[in-house]
This record gives sequence, C-alpha cells and structure tokens, in this order.
Amino acid sequence: MKNIKIYNSRKRSNFIGLSLSMIAMTLGMIVLTWILFVLISKGFSAFNSNFFFNSTPAAGSAGGGLANAIVGSLMIVASCTLISTPIGILAGVYLSEYGDRSKIANITRLVTDVMLSAPSIVIGLFVYAIYVSKVKHFSGFAGTIALSLLAVPVIVKTTENILRLVPNTLREAAYALGAPKWKVSITVILKAAKSGVITGVLLAVARVSGETAPLLFTALNNQFFSTDMNKPISTLPVVIYQFAMSPYVNWINLAWGGALLITLTVLGLNIFARVFFREKR
Amino acid sequence: MIQKNTVVKNAIEVRNLNFFYGKFQALKNINLNIVEKKITAFIGPSGCGKSTLLRVFNRMYDLYPEQKAEGEVKLYGDNILHPKRDLNLLRAKVGMIFQKPTPFPMSIYDNIAFGVRLYENLKKQDMDARVEWALKKAALWNEVKDKMKQSGLSLSGGQQQRLCIARGIAVKPAVLLLDEPTSALDPVSTSKIEELIYELKNDYTVIIVTHNMQQAARVSDSTAFMYLGDLVEFNETKKIFLKPDRKETEDYITGRFG
Repeated sequence: MKNIKIYNSRKRSNFIGLSLSMIAMTLGMIVLTWILFVLISKGFSAFNSNFFFNSTPAAGSAGGGLANAIVGSLMIVASCTLISTPIGILAGVYLSEYGDRSKIANITRLVTDVMLSAPSIVIGLFVYAIYVSKVKHFSGFAGTIALSLLAVPVIVKTTENILRLVPNTLREAAYALGAPKWKVSITVILKAAKSGVITGVLLAVARVSGETAPLLFTALNNQFFSTDMNKPISTLPVVIYQFAMSPYVNWINLAWGGALLITLTVLGLNIFARVFFREKR
Repeated sequence: MIQKNTVVKNAIEVRNLNFFYGKFQALKNINLNIVEKKITAFIGPSGCGKSTLLRVFNRMYDLYPEQKAEGEVKLYGDNILHPKRDLNLLRAKVGMIFQKPTPFPMSIYDNIAFGVRLYENLKKQDMDARVEWALKKAALWNEVKDKMKQSGLSLSGGQQQRLCIARGIAVKPAVLLLDEPTSALDPVSTSKIEELIYELKNDYTVIIVTHNMQQAARVSDSTAFMYLGDLVEFNETKKIFLKPDRKETEDYITGRFG
C-alpha cells in the first residue's frame, strides 16, 4: 500500500538524520572529554597548597605557584564584569525596547556584530595604541579595558535577543496601567528576562576569562604578587602562554595546572549558568 | 443650551473615528456613545475591528508607529486623540484587561501594588488595604491571602486572569476595557469572571470585546455589532438579541454567518 511506503521512507530518513546527529554529538563529546582527560592527567598533580599560595617562580628556581596569576585574573575579570555588565545590559535594553528599527540602533547592531567577530588580538593592539602607549606602561586597567571590549558585545547581543523573547502582551499590560516606558523596561521586561540576561553575562565572563591575546599588550605579566591595577599584573592565560613554552619542568607543570584551573572554572560557570538560571516557574 | 438633569451620562463619545493599520482602514467612520457605569459589549466576526476600537480608548495602538486614528474620542469631554495628550495619565484612567493573562514576574502583592505605586504614595497599611480590596473585588482574595509573596506566575490561568483584573481595578480607573477576557479560560473560571464583570458596573464603565455572543447577552447592557470596520448596529443588548433592526446583525446572532 502507498501509505505504508511513504511511512517507511520517512522512518528511514528519520533514522539517517538521527544517526548523523548522534555521530556529530559523539565526536564533540569525545574531543571535550579528551581535552578534560589530558588536562586532568597532566595538571591535577600541580594542585597543592604551593600552587594556590605561592607566586610564580623565577626562571630556574624550584617550586612556586600561581597565586599572583590567580588573584590577577580574578581582579581583571571581576572589574571587567563590573564595567561591561551595566553597559551591555543597558545597550541591549536600548536596542530591544527603545531603538528597535531606528538608524542608530541598526548601526549599533552592526558594530556589535563586527566586534563579536573581531579577533581578540586586534582588541589588545587597539587598547595598546589608545591607552598603554599614552600612559607609557602596561597595567591591569588596560587589561580590563581590553576584556570589557570583548565582553560588552556578547552581553548586548544576548540581552537584546532575550528581551525580544518577552511577549508583547506583557509590555502592553504594563503600559495599560499607565507605567512610563523606563519603568516598563526595567521593572517588568528586564525582570521577566532576568535569568536569560544573567546567563548571557555569565557566558560572556566565561568567554573573556580564558582570553590571552588581548592581555599580552595590556596587562602584560608580573612575576610578583601585585594587586595594583595601575601596574602590570599577572593573569592565568598569559602565565600559561609563557610557561608552557619554557624549558623548565616546574613551569610547564604549573602551566598545565593553570590550564586545568581555567577550564574547570569556565566549565563550572557554564554549568552554573545553565542549571541555576534555567527558566522556571 | 442648558442641559436637563439627565440620568444617562456618557463616559466616552466617539465621533467620526477612522483607524488605519498602515494603509489598511480597519475602522470606518465610527460614532457611538458609551454610557457611564454600564457594560457595553462589542461583538462581530474576527477582523471586524472590535478589538481595534477598544485599543483606541486607551491609545494602546500608539505603541506601534504604523497605526493611526483620526476623528474624535472624548473621555468625559476631553479628546483623548489629541497629540499632546499624556498617555500614561490616560491609561491610568482607562484600564485594560487582555485576552491572555499577563501577570508580571513579581509577587502577587507586587502585581497589584505595581500600578498603584505609579500614581499614589500610600503608607504600608493603606497599600495593604488597597491590595486586599482589589483582590476581594476580583474574587481572588480567599485563594491567595496566605501566599501574597508567591510569584503571580504560580497561579492557575483563571486565577491569573482575576489577578490581572484586580491589578486593573486597584488603580481605580474610570473605564475598564476587557479584550476577550475569558477566551483563554475554562467554563468555571469564565463564569466567575462574568459574575465579576457584572459586579464591576456598580463602580466602573466597562467595555467588553467578546467572541461569545451568549457572554455579551448575559453581561452587557448595550451591544454594538461590528462588521468589516463598520458599526452596523448599536443598541440595548435586549433589542440587539431579540429584535435587531439590521439583517446583518440578525444573521450574525442567529449564526448564519461569522
């Protein structure tokens, strides 16, 4: 019978489609677990109290840890989050609620898209040219600016997209009570999309916390423990970059440990974002 | 001319109203009076312009730049279509309840207090009293009085709709617009809300758009039948349903088209 034939061919194409996507998923999982496995097997041994409490060792000297790089990374990423979150969210609110299809909004969207795909080393060079070369020294601030330039477009984009998912009926309901536009945007729309916006921020933070290139020309590195943001400051990605290519065994081990630490942190942030801010009623 | 002491007072007077979605004309030269503290129903097939007309009364269409209205709509004498009219103040006076329940992402209490806080500075106990009053009016108080801090989204569909009605009442508007308020609800919730609408006319002028002709017949005092952007017939509900003047009205009500 005809019907059965159509049904069977549909079943076949369903099977083929499902198999292809399963294979793609498996490949992705294999690479991810492979990376994690290599990192854990090579980096886990570096995790000890020295790793967390001592600063990076001088060339040729034994022991040492990554305390300065961990603290430096935390400071730069934290200040980047503090700067880029309000800017990114406000710009996203503007694009979704105010600008909509206006010229300035379209230009902002285009610039955001370009910034999203700009190579991060270009961002680093840019900050070097406009800030570092003017003040004539590398600094944590410069690193923060560079990372913020990378994080803002991500937050703008996700915020706009999430706010657009909020149904128009909710906007109308708030306007129908006589609420002014800013109040509708902030207390109703942004609040309705809260979990999505926070997820976007966390994903942006996760993304910039592993960036190396923009920090090379901005925060540079610091062999010593420093919390002065106006001076060169050590960060995990830059230390990994430097130590991994060195001939010293303890440096290489520390680089593996640092790589594992960043990966676990980013993985943790991603899982946290997904689990805790899942849409719930 | 000295006006005589008439019993009937118009809350809204519509004069020569035309409405456009871009180039499409959705309302054609509408004229009607909405009587104060009565329930007026708009009926008609989908796309006849009844919701459009409703959305003129609080200028909700203003959110969308391609929509525009021409003519005059007077709310107690003031033309609300005037371009300098403050829309926030207008909407505080003309409340609206939508087809789908739209609770805000906040607690039940804050849902009600949201609109009140916009225009009134109430002390905590006065606000509590206002919230309780609105919820009692909307016949929801008994169901939510012990969970005022819970999210408005945690309620059932029918409860959410009554929450939205309470939210609309709490700001004490002069006119309440209901846009198919029960079409997304089950029969039990529907009958609760219909009872509620009937109660509301003691204090408010109510205008309801409905697809459900029985609903219009049950709750309203006057009914307007609209078709393809025209106001075909507007009269007392009894008259419309028992002895309409126009053949189109009769055909629609008896189910011959629509």
